[in-house]
Amino acid sequence: MGKAKRDNDMVEFDVERIRRDFPVLSTSVNNNPLVYLDSGASAQMPQSVIDRINHYHKYEHANIHRGVYQLSELATTAYEAVRTTVARFLNVPDSAEIIFTKGTTHAINMVAHAYGRKFVQAGDEIIVSHMEHHSNIVPWQQLCEEVGATLKVVPISDVGELDLEVYERLLSDKTKLVAVTHVSNVLGTINPIKDIVALAHKVGIPVLVDGAQGAPHMKVDVQDLGCDFYVFSGHKVCGPTGIGVLYGKRHWLERMDPFEGGGDMILSVTFEKTTYADIPAKFEAGTPPIVSALGLGEAIDYLEIIGLDSIEQHEKVLTKYATEALSDIEDITFYGTAPNKAGVISFNIKGVHAHDIGTLLNDDGVAVRTGHHCAQPVMQRYKVPATTRASFYLYNTVDDIDKLVIAVRRAQKIFS
Amino acid sequence: MSSKQIYQEVILDHCKKPRNWGMIPNPTHKAEGINPLCGDHLWVTMTVVDEKIEDIQYEGESCAICMASGSMMTMKVKGKVFSDAIALTDRFRALTTGPSEADEAKEIGSLTVFSGIRDLPSRVKCAMLPWHTLTAAINSKDKASTEGDQDPVPGSGTQKI
Repeated sequence: MGKAKRDNDMVEFDVERIRRDFPVLSTSVNNNPLVYLDSGASAQMPQSVIDRINHYHKYEHANIHRGVYQLSELATTAYEAVRTTVARFLNVPDSAEIIFTKGTTHAINMVAHAYGRKFVQAGDEIIVSHMEHHSNIVPWQQLCEEVGATLKVVPISDVGELDLEVYERLLSDKTKLVAVTHVSNVLGTINPIKDIVALAHKVGIPVLVDGAQGAPHMKVDVQDLGCDFYVFSGHKVCGPTGIGVLYGKRHWLERMDPFEGGGDMILSVTFEKTTYADIPAKFEAGTPPIVSALGLGEAIDYLEIIGLDSIEQHEKVLTKYATEALSDIEDITFYGTAPNKAGVISFNIKGVHAHDIGTLLNDDGVAVRTGHHCAQPVMQRYKVPATTRASFYLYNTVDDIDKLVIAVRRAQKIFS
Repeated sequence: MSSKQIYQEVILDHCKKPRNWGMIPNPTHKAEGINPLCGDHLWVTMTVVDEKIEDIQYEGESCAICMASGSMMTMKVKGKVFSDAIALTDRFRALTTGPSEADEAKEIGSLTVFSGIRDLPSRVKCAMLPWHTLTAAINSKDKASTEGDQDPVPGSGTQKI
């Protein structure tokens, strides 16, 4: 494997024990053990999360915030306890500032509607970055079109870092919000959120952070970051799909109007007038994904027992190892080589389309993401139609990476 | 199945040396094909006289499956009248998505190398894109998309462009 060396840091982190917690990791694909390198798209679930979901379905299911009977009250208590868990996870002092959503996309749309339609007017500007996922571009574009505002874009450098000088110049009295990703889902860049927030706050502008690729991989402290909104998805932190989180500062959430109307978000309804409930209920119309929330709570407990700092360190070791091992492959190009990056490696092999790499890797049981990663502006920036992306999580090993390298070489040979 | 059965010699050959590669200047028919899921992007240009495809070329940026499918398609439909080209498109779609290739194989000749694609549902769109684009050019539409109403994998995209 050339100059890539197995790091002794791996010993402290008992990855084999962790792997046994994830049933899917002992399955096979095409007679090869599954090598799952697509946690950036969706992380796998440990047995404890699966058990929690099953237990609810078997013994605890009832609607929440409604029944006066014991089953409903138990479900309500369990659901609300997850709100406290999430608040602790993000170091939010007031759990009413945690809103459950369907996912990151839903959370961003909620802010684009509830904040955007209230505070953004014709002639105003919203700032995003060139490395955003479509879910942190399209809702703002829609808002801008609707109200006559303009979208401004912070450019990125060749290695995949934001140009903070341009960003500072873009901030003006027209700016109404900065929406930026914590970690790029394609380039892996960890953005300097504290600096970005500080610059925006200096001129009184709120900041939304897309934490879909941040919250799963590092300790997030929203008080330290200072951001006004932080959003992430349950299924990327080893929880189930259908649940996400919007953290918002109380003074913003209270001034925003509800995004959706319905049951559970009202104080009183007459045909003349409806008055809304306080936060967080104001933003949780209808029956929420109760079981998904419980799964999310269990997933956060699981990650916190292992420790987000340990997970981050483990991924750093894997990323370094993988970068060195893949570098030995001839005609490989990396996209995103910032010094401060998370466990995401995007690359192309000259003469082989990413989709063909993905299909051939699947023969060897290796699951990677191929395509534009819902970040077409990033593809345009680096002038490629698609890339192959390997992303790492707590259960990945150096063996996974060795298998990735062998599979990529094999695919390359077929096209040589 | 192993996808290595798909990446066999015929497909690799057409991928590396695509036939009828390019853009016909001043074509009578032209369409652009896009697969928004993977970024495959190609153009089909034709010179048509009395509904007969006198000349056809394609050009674009795509994966090997799409590239080879486009190359072999141009060879197959050059010289054909529209109705025959459309019938061949239908047979190719049946081959790549249908349950059995037995009846189709006789008519479709070398294109049967694509029959294995039916076991790789996420790649069917790659094989179909050139044919979608051909259909769009025949119908004098500017654009074809794998997300259109002829989506070969129902439910995986929107129903209308």
